[in-house]
Amino acid sequence: MLSDKEVQHIAKLARLGLKEGEVSKFAKQLSEILEYTEQLNEVDTENIEPTSQVTGLENVSREDKVERFCEKDELLACTELPIERDQILTKPVITEN
Amino acid sequence: MHELTLSEVSEGLREKKFSSVDLTKALFERIHTLNPDINAYVTLTEEEALKQAEEADKSLQDSNSPLHGVPAGLKEIFNTRGVKTTCCSNIIRDFVPPYDATVVQKLREAGSVFLGKTNMDEFACGSSTEHSCFGTTKNPWDTERVAGGSSGGSTAAVAADMAYYTLGTDTGGSIRQPSSLCGTVGLKVTYGRVSRSGVTAMASSWDTVGPVTKTVRDAALVLNEIAGDDPRDSTTPPSPVPDYSKNLENSIKGLRIGLPKEYFAEGIEPEVEKAVRDGIEQLKKLGAEVKEVSLPYTKYALSVYYIAMPAELSANLARFDGIRYGSKPSGEVKDIIDYYFQSRSGGFGDEIKRRIMIGTYVLSSGYYDAYYKKAQKVRTLIIQDFQKVFEEVDVLIAPVSPFPAFKMGEKLNDPLAMYMADVFTIPMSCSGVPALSVPCGFTSENLPVGMQIVGPQFREDLLLQVGAAYEQSTEWHKRKPELG
Repeated sequence: MLSDKEVQHIAKLARLGLKEGEVSKFAKQLSEILEYTEQLNEVDTENIEPTSQVTGLENVSREDKVERFCEKDELLACTELPIERDQILTKPVITEN
Repeated sequence: MHELTLSEVSEGLREKKFSSVDLTKALFERIHTLNPDINAYVTLTEEEALKQAEEADKSLQDSNSPLHGVPAGLKEIFNTRGVKTTCCSNIIRDFVPPYDATVVQKLREAGSVFLGKTNMDEFACGSSTEHSCFGTTKNPWDTERVAGGSSGGSTAAVAADMAYYTLGTDTGGSIRQPSSLCGTVGLKVTYGRVSRSGVTAMASSWDTVGPVTKTVRDAALVLNEIAGDDPRDSTTPPSPVPDYSKNLENSIKGLRIGLPKEYFAEGIEPEVEKAVRDGIEQLKKLGAEVKEVSLPYTKYALSVYYIAMPAELSANLARFDGIRYGSKPSGEVKDIIDYYFQSRSGGFGDEIKRRIMIGTYVLSSGYYDAYYKKAQKVRTLIIQDFQKVFEEVDVLIAPVSPFPAFKMGEKLNDPLAMYMADVFTIPMSCSGVPALSVPCGFTSENLPVGMQIVGPQFREDLLLQVGAAYEQSTEWHKRKPELG
């Protein structure tokens, strides 16, 4: 069972702010899911290779070539950040103290 | 006109029975009547669709694509140039992509008409389309029930005749399960068969793109257009792309079918099991040889998935910080980290938060070997199960979902119960093999049931052949929900 403290720590690592009531709700739900997956411990995986790619492809490479992907104004249009001074994006102002 | 199939409208267009503009107008009329209740579409692109249809009518003679001029819907996960693509998440609620996904580009070149974007669970995480920031999609067969998920908008749109076909994505069952619940044909392709460039990544070693259609033939026609390697998706091998509609009339006499005993065990609802078993009897009548087989590691697939998938998902979603678009902090912000905390907690729904936290946990120092690496090893054993069984039989038949469409809200606060919806679809995703869901009957409450046809990697042609033979000898796919 994950403790509230552990859930808060995981949330912090994942950059998720949780509200007070949420911590214990997630602690219960996440624990249930993780406990379910513990059935994997009964499987003998000695000498078994892990799989991360299922069709057997390896080291796919391509020529490092510049390609015009889309127009600059379209790229700028997909953000709502204000555009100032010759197409320079302005990021939100955050005061560090 | 709306009730026709893709193949039928394609022929009708060539025979000048109607124009693409006629079809597009007819579908929008239907969408305006039904969609406010069903909520299959989250964005409609009517003006552009009519322009595309006019263009398609003019250029029909110059095209030999059966998709030319045929109106379709796209899941909200596919990048569409100039049209909002939100993955039904507040974190990118206003994102307008500057380019098309490769599959969208291919369909555009084939002369497709895009009606709009279809609803989904946030970032394709869910089995009910209830986890969407645009609200739940209702099942056209019973509007108190869910359409399934995550491609529930895509399957509800096809089931309610609001599109001739749609595209969906399937990571652990997201095309097949909602297809089973809505009575549509849904194809999960071999991992890498269809490009995912421009499709927002959920779990990168699992994600696939495929069609949702009214018939098996229609699925073959769409696959013909979208399959193949793509320099922008390095997981697409240069395997040859056959004509998937070529073998659809061929007999399945002598075909060796395996019934994996693990899929007919506890947990499956009797009416679902009966419909699937009747389907198997039908395949026997068509000359197939059926025998029981075993895939002993089946019961571990769900656990493998709920470790490996969240791990990949949490890495993929780490890029969403609320800076360039989407949900932003509403109040005061202390520093940049606080900015991330606020935009991410406001931007993601509960299911996404759960999966990000599971993923973060299983990848964190001290837990990586126990969870993530262990899951990847068991994944190898599941793959070997399939490799061995396909030495004995040509295809497998299994149920798609252990239960038919469930009531809205029923599983919303019980994540593990929701995950069980994909218990029969996840093993195929684990091993990257293709699987087709075809309608095979109805429950006593008139809810559709799907049957899963599973084959070796890159044998979509065989699945479609079996599916077509079955479909041509049954009437299930012709039944329609009573709507409007």
